[in-house]
Amino acid sequence: MNPIAFLVLAALLVVAAVTVVLHRNPVHSALALVAAMCLLSVFFIALDAQLIGFLQVIVYAGAVVVLFLFVIMLLNLQREARALGSGALVVAGGAAALAFLALMVPGLVRVAGPRPADVAAGYGETVALAERLFTVYLLPFELTSVLLLVAIVGAVALAKRTT
Amino acid sequence: MPPAPLAWYLVLSAALFAIGALGVLVRRNVIVMFMAIELMLNAVNLAFVAFARSRGSMDGQVIVFFVMTVAAAEAAVGLAIILSVFRSRETTNADEIASLRW
Repeated sequence: MNPIAFLVLAALLVVAAVTVVLHRNPVHSALALVAAMCLLSVFFIALDAQLIGFLQVIVYAGAVVVLFLFVIMLLNLQREARALGSGALVVAGGAAALAFLALMVPGLVRVAGPRPADVAAGYGETVALAERLFTVYLLPFELTSVLLLVAIVGAVALAKRTT
Repeated sequence: MPPAPLAWYLVLSAALFAIGALGVLVRRNVIVMFMAIELMLNAVNLAFVAFARSRGSMDGQVIVFFVMTVAAAEAAVGLAIILSVFRSRETTNADEIASLRW
């Protein structure tokens, strides 16, 4: 990705993420989350992960955030009078986030390595991903289907009104 | 102009993770805390994809695929838990859901 485009999109992504975290109205937080997910998918596609980029939009923006919005509306959550915890908690949280950044950024920059100019043909496309998924990662893939089944049954059992 | 180096993507991913962690720590609404957790999961996905690109291997993207599935399952179950807690407590404030707190 062109560095200028990267910086502009990264700034938008950070703004969207901060809006998710700090906005008082949960509906606005969820909408900012949609924006963040769509911007992230742009970065995925720029890193030659086309399928992951599209799945990001379909699964997150299309399914997970809609679920969030359903629950927010079901619970009829309004704009909060006081969104944040106590002042000490905010200071501690901010310090923890900054400490995390100070620890991670130098290490990440060191291990990043150069970006290979070109990748194998078909890299990041459905065929390449499916090939790994159905050979090396077959067992985790099958376990995922069991996990999804458990999640469906669990969600229905938990959310069911017991009369 | 040469493309943006991979280190930029990793720094962006760390920044997103820090914002998500901040959200979990400072917000009191469990639904917004949950959204912040999704943000953290996505930040990690970005790091996975960036490292996969730098090694030219598909494995990182496969892991992202699994993270997405697990995150979707987690969202469904987590929101169901929030719903059933709301039914009995009439609140989504984490400070008021403290009966298990020591």
